[in-house]
Amino acid sequence: MTNEIAKQPPHSLFELVTDPWTEPFWAAAREHRLTVARCTECSLLRMPPTPFCPGCLSQKLDWPTLSGRGTIYSYTIVSRAIFPGMEESLPYVPALVTLSDAPTIRLISNIVDVPISAISVGAEVRVVWNHLPDGVVVPRFTLAN
Amino acid sequence: MTIRNKTAIVGVGAMPYYKRGASLPQTLNELVCKSIIAAVEDAGLSMKDVDGFAFYSGGFDTPYLMETLGIPEVSYTATLTGSGGGSAGSIGLASSAIVSGMAKVVVCVGALQQAQQRFGAITSGYEQTSETAFFQSSGLVGPGHMFALLARRHMHMYGTTREQFAEVAMSGRLNAINHPDAIMRKPMTLEDYFNAPVIADPLCLFDFCLETDGAIAMVVTSTEQAKDLRQPPVKIVACAHGGSRDWGRSLYWMNMPEEAFVSSGNVAIANRLYRDADVTPADIDVAQIYDHFTPMVLAQLEDFGFCERGEGGPFVESGAIRFEGGSLPINTDGGQLSGAYVWGMTHVREAVAQIRGSAVNQVQSCDLALVTGGPSSLPVSGLILGK
Repeated sequence: MTNEIAKQPPHSLFELVTDPWTEPFWAAAREHRLTVARCTECSLLRMPPTPFCPGCLSQKLDWPTLSGRGTIYSYTIVSRAIFPGMEESLPYVPALVTLSDAPTIRLISNIVDVPISAISVGAEVRVVWNHLPDGVVVPRFTLAN
Repeated sequence: MTIRNKTAIVGVGAMPYYKRGASLPQTLNELVCKSIIAAVEDAGLSMKDVDGFAFYSGGFDTPYLMETLGIPEVSYTATLTGSGGGSAGSIGLASSAIVSGMAKVVVCVGALQQAQQRFGAITSGYEQTSETAFFQSSGLVGPGHMFALLARRHMHMYGTTREQFAEVAMSGRLNAINHPDAIMRKPMTLEDYFNAPVIADPLCLFDFCLETDGAIAMVVTSTEQAKDLRQPPVKIVACAHGGSRDWGRSLYWMNMPEEAFVSSGNVAIANRLYRDADVTPADIDVAQIYDHFTPMVLAQLEDFGFCERGEGGPFVESGAIRFEGGSLPINTDGGQLSGAYVWGMTHVREAVAQIRGSAVNQVQSCDLALVTGGPSSLPVSGLILGK
Protein backbone atom coordinates (compact mmCIF):
# COMPACT_ATOMS: atom_id res chain seq x y z
CA MET A 1 0.00 0.00 0.00
CA THR A 2 2.79 2.42 0.85
CA ASN A 3 3.82 2.82 -2.80
CA GLU A 4 0.30 3.79 -3.74
CA ILE A 5 -0.43 7.38 -4.65
CA ALA A 6 -2.58 9.43 -2.27
CA LYS A 7 -5.83 10.18 -4.06
CA GLN A 8 -8.42 12.89 -3.66
CA PRO A 9 -11.04 12.04 -1.03
CA PRO A 10 -14.51 10.92 -2.15
CA HIS A 11 -16.19 14.08 -3.41
CA SER A 12 -19.59 12.36 -3.59
CA LEU A 13 -19.79 12.60 0.22
CA PHE A 14 -19.18 16.35 0.28
CA GLU A 15 -21.55 19.10 -0.74
CA LEU A 16 -20.32 22.62 -0.03
CA VAL A 17 -22.58 24.79 2.12
CA THR A 18 -21.43 28.32 2.94
CA ASP A 19 -22.64 31.26 4.99
CA PRO A 20 -21.64 34.93 4.71
CA TRP A 21 -18.71 34.35 7.07
CA THR A 22 -17.27 31.31 5.31
CA GLU A 23 -18.02 32.20 1.68
CA PRO A 24 -14.90 34.40 1.17
CA PHE A 25 -12.64 31.40 1.89
CA TRP A 26 -14.31 29.32 -0.81
CA ALA A 27 -14.58 32.28 -3.20
CA ALA A 28 -10.82 32.80 -2.88
CA ALA A 29 -10.30 29.10 -3.56
CA ARG A 30 -12.12 29.47 -6.87
CA GLU A 31 -9.40 32.03 -7.74
CA HIS A 32 -6.67 29.64 -6.51
CA ARG A 33 -5.92 31.95 -3.63
CA LEU A 34 -5.33 30.46 -0.16
CA THR A 35 -6.53 32.68 2.66
CA VAL A 36 -7.68 32.62 6.29
CA ALA A 37 -9.85 35.00 8.27
CA ARG A 38 -7.93 37.82 10.00
CA CYS A 39 -9.38 40.31 12.49
CA THR A 40 -8.64 43.82 11.23
CA GLU A 41 -8.81 45.19 14.80
CA CYS A 42 -6.30 42.90 16.56
CA SER A 43 -4.85 40.81 13.67
CA LEU A 44 -5.83 37.50 15.30
CA LEU A 45 -6.27 34.76 12.72
CA ARG A 46 -9.10 32.28 12.97
CA MET A 47 -10.29 29.21 11.08
CA PRO A 48 -12.91 28.14 10.41
CA PRO A 49 -14.18 31.70 10.04
CA THR A 50 -16.78 32.72 12.63
CA PRO A 51 -18.80 35.94 13.00
CA PHE A 52 -16.70 37.35 15.86
CA CYS A 53 -13.03 37.56 16.74
CA PRO A 54 -12.63 35.44 19.90
CA GLY A 55 -9.90 37.83 21.06
CA CYS A 56 -11.61 41.23 20.78
CA LEU A 57 -15.16 40.40 19.59
CA SER A 58 -14.79 42.59 16.52
CA GLN A 59 -16.70 41.54 13.41
CA LYS A 60 -14.28 43.23 11.03
CA LEU A 61 -12.34 40.80 8.86
CA ASP A 62 -9.99 40.70 5.96
CA TRP A 63 -8.65 37.80 3.93
CA PRO A 64 -4.89 38.02 3.34
CA THR A 65 -3.43 36.02 0.47
CA LEU A 66 -1.08 33.36 1.81
CA SER A 67 1.84 31.63 0.14
CA GLY A 68 0.19 28.21 0.20
CA ARG A 69 3.18 26.73 1.99
CA GLY A 70 2.86 24.66 5.13
CA THR A 71 3.97 21.63 7.10
CA ILE A 72 2.12 18.43 7.94
CA TYR A 73 0.99 18.49 11.58
CA SER A 74 -0.72 15.09 11.46
CA TYR A 75 -2.33 12.79 8.93
CA THR A 76 -4.20 9.53 8.56
CA ILE A 77 -4.36 7.06 5.71
CA VAL A 78 -7.87 5.91 4.84
CA SER A 79 -7.63 2.62 3.00
CA ARG A 80 -10.98 1.01 3.80
CA ALA A 81 -14.46 2.09 2.81
CA ILE A 82 -16.83 2.56 5.71
CA PHE A 83 -19.47 4.08 3.47
CA PRO A 84 -20.65 3.39 -0.09
CA GLY A 85 -19.01 5.76 -2.52
CA MET A 86 -15.60 5.68 -0.87
CA GLU A 87 -14.12 2.67 -2.70
CA GLU A 88 -12.77 4.41 -5.79
CA SER A 89 -11.06 7.11 -3.75
CA LEU A 90 -8.93 4.77 -1.66
CA PRO A 91 -6.37 5.33 -0.39
CA TYR A 92 -6.66 8.98 0.57
CA VAL A 93 -4.84 10.99 3.22
CA PRO A 94 -6.71 13.51 5.38
CA ALA A 95 -4.16 15.79 7.00
CA LEU A 96 -3.78 18.80 9.23
CA VAL A 97 -1.51 21.40 7.68
CA THR A 98 0.09 24.20 9.66
CA LEU A 99 0.35 27.20 7.34
CA SER A 100 3.82 28.76 7.09
CA ASP A 101 2.60 32.36 7.03
CA ALA A 102 -0.31 31.72 9.44
CA PRO A 103 1.38 29.40 11.95
CA THR A 104 -1.42 29.57 14.52
CA ILE A 105 -3.80 28.01 11.99
CA ARG A 106 -4.23 24.37 11.00
CA LEU A 107 -6.22 23.61 7.89
CA ILE A 108 -8.05 20.30 7.70
CA SER A 109 -7.14 19.16 4.20
CA ASN A 110 -5.60 16.29 2.25
CA ILE A 111 -2.20 15.29 0.96
CA VAL A 112 -2.58 14.25 -2.69
CA ASP A 113 -0.63 13.07 -5.73
CA VAL A 114 2.41 11.67 -3.90
CA PRO A 115 3.39 8.15 -2.79
CA ILE A 116 1.97 7.52 0.66
CA SER A 117 5.38 6.25 1.78
CA ALA A 118 6.80 9.75 1.27
CA ILE A 119 4.35 11.42 3.66
CA SER A 120 5.49 12.22 7.20
CA VAL A 121 4.69 14.57 10.07
CA GLY A 122 6.72 17.73 9.65
CA ALA A 123 7.08 17.37 5.87
CA GLU A 124 6.85 20.62 3.90
CA VAL A 125 3.89 20.93 1.57
CA ARG A 126 2.42 23.36 -0.94
CA VAL A 127 -1.15 23.98 -1.94
CA VAL A 128 -2.72 22.49 -5.05
CA TRP A 129 -6.24 23.15 -6.25
CA ASN A 130 -8.72 20.36 -6.80
CA HIS A 131 -11.74 21.16 -8.95
CA LEU A 132 -14.77 19.08 -7.99
CA PRO A 133 -17.43 18.11 -10.54
CA ASP A 134 -19.92 20.58 -9.02
CA GLY A 135 -17.58 23.53 -9.59
CA VAL A 136 -16.33 23.76 -6.02
CA VAL A 137 -12.58 24.29 -5.71
CA VAL A 138 -10.84 22.80 -2.66
CA PRO A 139 -7.33 23.60 -1.46
CA ARG A 140 -5.27 20.46 -0.96
CA PHE A 141 -1.58 19.91 -0.47
CA THR A 142 1.25 17.98 -2.00
CA LEU A 143 4.87 17.58 -0.93
CA ALA A 144 6.87 20.72 -1.61
CA ASN A 145 9.90 19.01 -3.18
CA MET B 1 -21.06 24.05 47.95
CA THR B 2 -20.69 20.75 46.11
CA ILE B 3 -22.92 17.72 45.53
CA ARG B 4 -20.40 15.55 47.38
CA ASN B 5 -22.01 12.43 48.83
CA LYS B 6 -25.46 14.03 48.94
CA THR B 7 -26.94 11.72 46.32
CA ALA B 8 -26.57 8.07 45.38
CA ILE B 9 -27.23 5.63 42.56
CA VAL B 10 -29.72 3.21 44.08
CA GLY B 11 -30.95 1.23 41.11
CA VAL B 12 -29.52 -0.10 37.87
CA GLY B 13 -31.36 -1.72 34.98
CA ALA B 14 -29.47 -3.02 31.98
CA MET B 15 -30.74 -4.80 28.92
CA PRO B 16 -28.55 -7.45 27.29
CA TYR B 17 -25.97 -6.02 24.92
CA TYR B 18 -26.70 -6.76 21.26
CA LYS B 19 -24.58 -6.56 18.15
CA ARG B 20 -25.62 -3.64 15.95
CA GLY B 21 -29.25 -4.06 14.89
CA ALA B 22 -29.75 -7.38 16.72
CA SER B 23 -32.10 -5.86 19.30
CA LEU B 24 -34.82 -5.63 16.64
CA PRO B 25 -37.81 -6.10 16.54
CA GLN B 26 -37.83 -4.44 19.95
CA THR B 27 -38.11 -0.68 19.55
CA LEU B 28 -35.64 1.68 21.15
CA ASN B 29 -38.37 3.04 23.43
CA GLU B 30 -39.23 -0.52 24.44
CA LEU B 31 -35.60 -1.20 25.38
CA VAL B 32 -35.50 2.06 27.33
CA CYS B 33 -38.71 1.24 29.21
CA LYS B 34 -37.47 -2.27 30.05
CA SER B 35 -34.27 -0.82 31.48
CA ILE B 36 -36.20 1.75 33.54
CA ILE B 37 -38.57 -0.89 34.91
CA ALA B 38 -35.57 -3.03 35.88
CA ALA B 39 -33.76 -0.10 37.51
CA VAL B 40 -36.76 0.99 39.57
CA GLU B 41 -37.32 -2.62 40.64
CA ASP B 42 -33.63 -2.95 41.55
CA ALA B 43 -33.96 0.12 43.76
CA GLY B 44 -37.07 -1.21 45.48
CA LEU B 45 -39.05 1.85 44.40
CA SER B 46 -42.34 2.24 42.54
CA MET B 47 -42.61 3.82 39.10
CA LYS B 48 -44.91 6.36 40.79
CA ASP B 49 -41.88 7.57 42.81
CA VAL B 50 -40.04 8.74 39.68
CA ASP B 51 -40.32 12.51 39.29
CA GLY B 52 -37.38 13.38 37.08
CA PHE B 53 -35.33 12.42 34.04
CA ALA B 54 -31.77 13.33 33.10
CA PHE B 55 -30.47 12.22 29.72
CA TYR B 56 -27.40 12.56 27.65
CA SER B 57 -27.74 13.32 23.96
CA GLY B 58 -30.88 12.93 21.90
CA GLY B 59 -33.46 10.28 21.27
CA PHE B 60 -35.45 10.39 24.50
CA ASP B 61 -38.96 11.68 24.98
CA THR B 62 -39.98 12.25 28.60
CA PRO B 63 -43.75 12.50 28.03
CA TYR B 64 -43.70 9.29 25.98
CA LEU B 65 -41.93 7.53 28.84
CA MET B 66 -44.45 8.97 31.35
CA GLU B 67 -47.37 7.92 29.16
CA THR B 68 -45.97 4.43 28.67
CA LEU B 69 -44.81 3.76 32.22
CA GLY B 70 -47.61 5.51 34.11
CA ILE B 71 -45.43 8.16 35.71
CA PRO B 72 -47.90 10.74 37.03
CA GLU B 73 -45.83 13.94 37.13
CA VAL B 74 -42.26 15.08 36.65
CA SER B 75 -40.64 18.16 38.12
CA TYR B 76 -37.32 17.88 36.29
CA THR B 77 -36.37 16.79 32.77
CA ALA B 78 -33.03 17.74 31.29
CA THR B 79 -30.56 16.66 28.66
CA LEU B 80 -26.85 17.29 28.73
CA THR B 81 -25.82 18.75 25.37
CA GLY B 82 -23.17 17.34 23.10
CA SER B 83 -22.34 14.33 21.00
CA GLY B 84 -20.05 11.88 22.73
CA GLY B 85 -18.84 13.01 26.10
CA GLY B 86 -21.71 13.19 28.49
CA SER B 87 -23.11 9.96 29.92
CA ALA B 88 -21.13 10.33 33.14
CA GLY B 89 -22.24 13.96 33.29
CA SER B 90 -25.93 13.10 33.06
CA ILE B 91 -25.65 11.55 36.52
CA GLY B 92 -24.57 14.98 37.76
CA LEU B 93 -27.69 16.57 36.28
CA ALA B 94 -29.74 14.15 38.39
CA SER B 95 -27.70 15.00 41.48
CA SER B 96 -28.08 18.72 40.97
CA ALA B 97 -31.85 18.34 40.62
CA ILE B 98 -32.06 16.40 43.88
CA VAL B 99 -29.66 18.59 45.87
CA SER B 100 -31.51 21.72 44.76
CA GLY B 101 -34.87 20.20 45.71
CA MET B 102 -36.25 20.19 42.18
CA ALA B 103 -36.82 16.43 42.18
CA LYS B 104 -36.59 13.42 44.50
CA VAL B 105 -36.09 10.39 42.27
CA VAL B 106 -34.40 10.95 38.92
CA VAL B 107 -33.89 8.33 36.21
CA CYS B 108 -30.87 8.57 33.90
CA VAL B 109 -30.85 6.55 30.70
CA GLY B 110 -28.28 5.69 28.09
CA ALA B 111 -29.62 3.78 25.11
CA LEU B 112 -28.69 3.10 21.55
CA GLN B 113 -30.01 1.15 18.59
CA GLN B 114 -27.82 1.30 15.49
CA ALA B 115 -30.11 -0.32 12.94
CA GLN B 116 -30.65 3.01 11.16
CA GLN B 117 -27.37 4.85 11.64
CA ARG B 118 -24.00 3.24 12.20
CA PHE B 119 -21.97 5.20 14.70
CA GLY B 120 -18.82 4.24 12.83
CA ALA B 121 -20.01 6.51 10.03
CA ILE B 122 -22.01 8.94 12.13
CA THR B 123 -20.15 12.02 11.01
CA SER B 124 -21.22 11.31 7.43
CA GLY B 125 -24.82 11.37 8.61
CA TYR B 126 -24.55 14.90 9.91
CA GLU B 127 -26.28 17.57 7.89
CA GLN B 128 -23.75 19.43 5.76
CA THR B 129 -23.35 22.97 7.05
CA SER B 130 -21.01 25.88 6.54
CA GLU B 131 -19.10 24.72 9.63
CA THR B 132 -18.87 21.03 8.71
CA ALA B 133 -17.58 21.93 5.22
CA PHE B 134 -14.13 22.47 6.70
CA PHE B 135 -13.79 18.80 7.67
CA GLN B 136 -16.23 17.06 5.33
CA SER B 137 -14.29 18.38 2.33
CA SER B 138 -11.33 16.24 3.37
CA GLY B 139 -13.12 12.88 3.54
CA LEU B 140 -13.22 12.67 7.34
CA VAL B 141 -16.45 10.69 7.26
CA GLY B 142 -16.04 8.62 10.44
CA PRO B 143 -14.95 9.54 13.96
CA GLY B 144 -12.08 7.05 13.62
CA HIS B 145 -10.58 9.12 10.83
CA MET B 146 -10.55 12.16 13.10
CA PHE B 147 -9.17 10.44 16.17
CA ALA B 148 -6.45 8.91 13.99
CA LEU B 149 -5.16 12.47 13.43
CA LEU B 150 -4.93 13.00 17.20
CA ALA B 151 -3.31 9.61 17.71
CA ARG B 152 -0.57 10.16 15.15
CA ARG B 153 0.40 13.48 16.72
CA HIS B 154 0.67 11.80 20.13
CA MET B 155 2.91 9.15 18.55
CA HIS B 156 5.02 11.83 16.88
CA MET B 157 5.51 13.87 20.04
CA TYR B 158 5.95 11.14 22.63
CA GLY B 159 7.00 8.03 20.77
CA THR B 160 3.71 6.32 21.54
CA THR B 161 3.44 2.99 19.69
CA ARG B 162 0.78 0.76 18.22
CA GLU B 163 1.90 -1.93 20.68
CA GLN B 164 0.72 0.42 23.44
CA PHE B 165 -2.65 0.90 21.73
CA ALA B 166 -2.80 -2.90 21.48
CA GLU B 167 -2.29 -3.23 25.23
CA VAL B 168 -5.46 -1.18 25.82
CA ALA B 169 -7.39 -3.47 23.48
CA MET B 170 -5.92 -6.70 24.91
CA SER B 171 -6.40 -5.66 28.53
CA GLY B 172 -10.05 -4.90 27.85
CA ARG B 173 -10.50 -8.18 26.00
CA LEU B 174 -9.10 -10.16 28.95
CA ASN B 175 -11.75 -8.57 31.16
CA ALA B 176 -14.48 -9.27 28.61
CA ILE B 177 -13.60 -12.96 28.41
CA ASN B 178 -14.80 -13.39 31.99
CA HIS B 179 -17.87 -11.20 31.59
CA PRO B 180 -21.12 -12.91 30.55
CA ASP B 181 -22.61 -9.70 29.09
CA ALA B 182 -19.63 -8.77 26.93
CA ILE B 183 -19.97 -9.06 23.14
CA MET B 184 -16.34 -9.94 22.29
CA ARG B 185 -15.08 -12.82 24.43
CA LYS B 186 -12.56 -14.51 22.15
CA PRO B 187 -8.96 -14.11 23.32
CA MET B 188 -6.90 -11.51 21.45
CA THR B 189 -3.13 -11.78 21.00
CA LEU B 190 -0.71 -9.11 19.86
CA GLU B 191 -0.53 -11.03 16.58
CA ASP B 192 -4.33 -10.88 16.23
CA TYR B 193 -4.15 -7.14 16.80
CA PHE B 194 -1.52 -6.56 14.12
CA ASN B 195 -3.35 -8.85 11.68
CA ALA B 196 -6.53 -6.78 11.96
CA PRO B 197 -7.35 -4.49 9.04
CA VAL B 198 -6.02 -0.95 9.32
CA ILE B 199 -9.05 1.32 8.95
CA ALA B 200 -7.62 4.78 9.53
CA ASP B 201 -3.84 4.47 9.85
CA PRO B 202 -2.52 4.25 12.58
CA LEU B 203 -5.81 2.81 13.86
CA CYS B 204 -6.86 -0.76 13.11
CA LEU B 205 -10.15 -2.54 13.71
CA PHE B 206 -9.31 -3.37 17.34
CA ASP B 207 -8.62 0.28 18.18
CA PHE B 208 -12.28 1.02 17.49
CA CYS B 209 -15.09 0.44 19.99
CA LEU B 210 -17.95 -1.88 19.15
CA GLU B 211 -21.14 -0.95 17.36
CA THR B 212 -23.86 -2.35 19.60
CA ASP B 213 -27.42 -1.87 20.80
CA GLY B 214 -28.40 -1.56 24.43
CA ALA B 215 -30.24 0.35 27.12
CA ILE B 216 -29.11 1.10 30.67
CA ALA B 217 -31.06 3.05 33.28
CA MET B 218 -29.92 4.41 36.64
CA VAL B 219 -32.05 5.62 39.52
CA VAL B 220 -30.62 8.51 41.53
CA THR B 221 -32.00 9.80 44.82
CA SER B 222 -30.78 11.48 47.99
CA THR B 223 -28.31 9.62 50.16
CA GLU B 224 -30.80 10.09 53.01
CA GLN B 225 -33.57 8.26 51.15
CA ALA B 226 -31.09 5.70 49.83
CA LYS B 227 -30.57 4.27 53.33
CA ASP B 228 -34.06 2.76 53.28
CA LEU B 229 -33.82 1.16 49.85
CA ARG B 230 -33.01 -2.32 48.61
CA GLN B 231 -29.43 -1.91 47.42
CA PRO B 232 -26.33 -0.62 49.19
CA PRO B 233 -26.20 3.01 48.04
CA VAL B 234 -23.44 3.99 45.66
CA LYS B 235 -22.64 7.57 46.54
CA ILE B 236 -22.06 10.19 43.90
CA VAL B 237 -18.88 11.69 45.32
CA ALA B 238 -18.34 14.17 42.50
CA CYS B 239 -19.54 14.78 38.96
CA ALA B 240 -18.42 17.37 36.43
CA HIS B 241 -19.14 18.29 32.85
CA GLY B 242 -18.00 21.04 30.53
CA GLY B 243 -14.44 21.75 29.54
CA SER B 244 -12.02 24.30 28.16
CA ARG B 245 -12.36 26.37 24.98
CA ASP B 246 -8.89 25.09 24.07
CA TRP B 247 -10.57 21.72 23.47
CA GLY B 248 -13.88 23.14 22.28
CA ARG B 249 -15.28 21.44 19.20
CA SER B 250 -12.06 19.36 19.16
CA LEU B 251 -12.23 16.85 16.33
CA TYR B 252 -14.59 19.08 14.34
CA TRP B 253 -12.21 22.03 14.76
CA MET B 254 -8.66 20.63 14.95
CA ASN B 255 -7.23 24.02 15.92
CA MET B 256 -6.70 23.17 19.57
CA PRO B 257 -3.42 24.57 20.97
CA GLU B 258 -0.86 21.77 20.96
CA GLU B 259 -1.11 21.03 24.69
CA ALA B 260 -4.83 20.43 24.28
CA PHE B 261 -4.48 18.71 20.91
CA VAL B 262 -2.53 15.80 22.39
CA SER B 263 -4.83 15.58 25.43
CA SER B 264 -8.33 14.17 25.74
CA GLY B 265 -9.82 17.53 26.69
CA ASN B 266 -10.43 16.26 30.22
CA VAL B 267 -7.89 18.24 32.29
CA ALA B 268 -10.49 20.72 33.51
CA ILE B 269 -12.88 17.88 34.37
CA ALA B 270 -10.20 15.98 36.27
CA ASN B 271 -9.21 19.03 38.30
CA ARG B 272 -12.80 19.75 39.30
CA LEU B 273 -13.58 16.13 40.15
CA TYR B 274 -10.55 15.70 42.39
CA ARG B 275 -11.13 19.06 44.06
CA ASP B 276 -14.82 18.44 44.71
CA ALA B 277 -14.18 14.89 45.93
CA ASP B 278 -11.07 15.97 47.89
CA VAL B 279 -9.10 13.02 46.54
CA THR B 280 -6.05 12.47 44.35
CA PRO B 281 -5.50 10.07 41.46
CA ALA B 282 -3.77 7.70 43.88
CA ASP B 283 -7.05 7.30 45.78
CA ILE B 284 -8.90 5.88 42.75
CA ASP B 285 -9.26 2.09 43.00
CA VAL B 286 -10.75 1.36 39.59
CA ALA B 287 -11.43 3.49 36.51
CA GLN B 288 -13.88 3.08 33.68
CA ILE B 289 -12.19 5.10 30.95
CA TYR B 290 -14.20 6.04 27.86
CA ASP B 291 -12.63 3.78 25.25
CA HIS B 292 -14.13 4.63 21.89
CA PHE B 293 -10.59 4.63 20.47
CA THR B 294 -7.56 3.13 22.21
CA PRO B 295 -5.25 6.18 21.89
CA MET B 296 -7.78 8.34 23.70
CA VAL B 297 -7.52 6.02 26.70
CA LEU B 298 -3.82 6.90 26.94
CA ALA B 299 -4.62 10.62 26.72
CA GLN B 300 -7.28 10.30 29.43
CA LEU B 301 -4.92 8.44 31.76
CA GLU B 302 -2.63 11.45 31.34
CA ASP B 303 -5.40 14.04 31.78
CA PHE B 304 -6.63 12.35 34.96
CA GLY B 305 -3.13 12.38 36.42
CA PHE B 306 -2.41 8.66 36.56
CA CYS B 307 0.81 9.40 34.68
CA GLU B 308 2.59 12.40 33.18
CA ARG B 309 1.70 13.92 29.80
CA GLY B 310 3.09 11.67 27.09
CA GLU B 311 3.59 8.74 29.47
CA GLY B 312 0.26 7.01 28.76
CA GLY B 313 1.95 4.48 26.48
CA PRO B 314 4.66 3.33 28.91
CA PHE B 315 2.06 3.40 31.73
CA VAL B 316 -0.17 0.83 30.04
CA GLU B 317 2.82 -1.14 28.77
CA SER B 318 3.89 -1.63 32.41
CA GLY B 319 0.73 -3.63 33.06
CA ALA B 320 -0.78 -0.86 35.18
CA ILE B 321 -4.27 -1.09 33.71
CA ARG B 322 -4.63 -4.88 33.92
CA PHE B 323 -7.24 -6.39 36.22
CA GLU B 324 -4.66 -8.96 37.29
CA GLY B 325 -1.83 -7.16 39.06
CA GLY B 326 -2.42 -3.66 37.73
CA SER B 327 -2.16 -0.59 39.95
CA LEU B 328 -5.20 0.93 38.23
CA PRO B 329 -7.49 -1.70 36.70
CA ILE B 330 -9.59 -0.09 33.97
CA ASN B 331 -12.65 -1.12 32.00
CA THR B 332 -13.18 -4.20 34.10
CA ASP B 333 -16.27 -5.22 32.11
CA GLY B 334 -14.36 -5.24 28.82
CA GLY B 335 -15.15 -1.61 28.16
CA GLN B 336 -16.54 -0.31 24.91
CA LEU B 337 -13.83 -2.04 22.90
CA SER B 338 -14.88 -5.57 23.92
CA GLY B 339 -17.96 -5.27 26.15
CA ALA B 340 -20.49 -2.98 24.50
CA TYR B 341 -20.96 0.64 23.46
CA VAL B 342 -24.02 2.39 24.89
CA TRP B 343 -22.96 6.07 24.89
CA GLY B 344 -20.67 5.42 27.86
CA MET B 345 -23.43 4.30 30.22
CA THR B 346 -21.86 0.81 30.38
CA HIS B 347 -18.99 2.48 32.23
CA VAL B 348 -21.34 3.94 34.84
CA ARG B 349 -22.99 0.53 35.22
CA GLU B 350 -19.65 -1.19 35.79
CA ALA B 351 -18.49 1.45 38.29
CA VAL B 352 -21.69 0.91 40.29
CA ALA B 353 -21.06 -2.84 40.27
CA GLN B 354 -17.50 -2.29 41.52
CA ILE B 355 -18.64 -0.11 44.43
CA ARG B 356 -21.48 -2.51 45.30
CA GLY B 357 -18.93 -5.32 45.30
CA SER B 358 -20.91 -7.29 42.73
CA ALA B 359 -18.66 -6.93 39.67
CA VAL B 360 -17.63 -10.00 37.67
CA ASN B 361 -14.01 -8.83 37.76
CA GLN B 362 -14.24 -7.38 41.26
CA VAL B 363 -11.41 -5.13 42.43
CA GLN B 364 -10.73 -5.83 46.12
CA SER B 365 -11.36 -3.05 48.65
CA CYS B 366 -12.91 -0.86 45.98
CA ASP B 367 -13.88 2.41 47.67
CA LEU B 368 -13.62 4.90 44.79
CA ALA B 369 -14.42 4.39 41.12
CA LEU B 370 -13.79 6.92 38.36
CA VAL B 371 -15.92 7.09 35.22
CA THR B 372 -15.02 9.27 32.25
CA GLY B 373 -17.17 10.44 29.34
CA GLY B 374 -16.03 11.45 25.91
CA PRO B 375 -13.59 12.60 24.61
CA SER B 376 -15.47 14.37 21.89
CA SER B 377 -16.52 17.97 21.39
CA LEU B 378 -17.58 19.62 24.64
CA PRO B 379 -19.03 18.85 27.02
CA VAL B 380 -16.78 16.09 28.27
CA SER B 381 -17.62 14.76 31.69
CA GLY B 382 -16.51 12.63 34.60
CA LEU B 383 -17.88 10.99 37.71
CA ILE B 384 -16.46 9.61 40.95
CA LEU B 385 -18.56 7.02 42.79
CA GLY B 386 -17.90 5.76 46.29
CA LYS B 387 -19.20 3.74 49.22
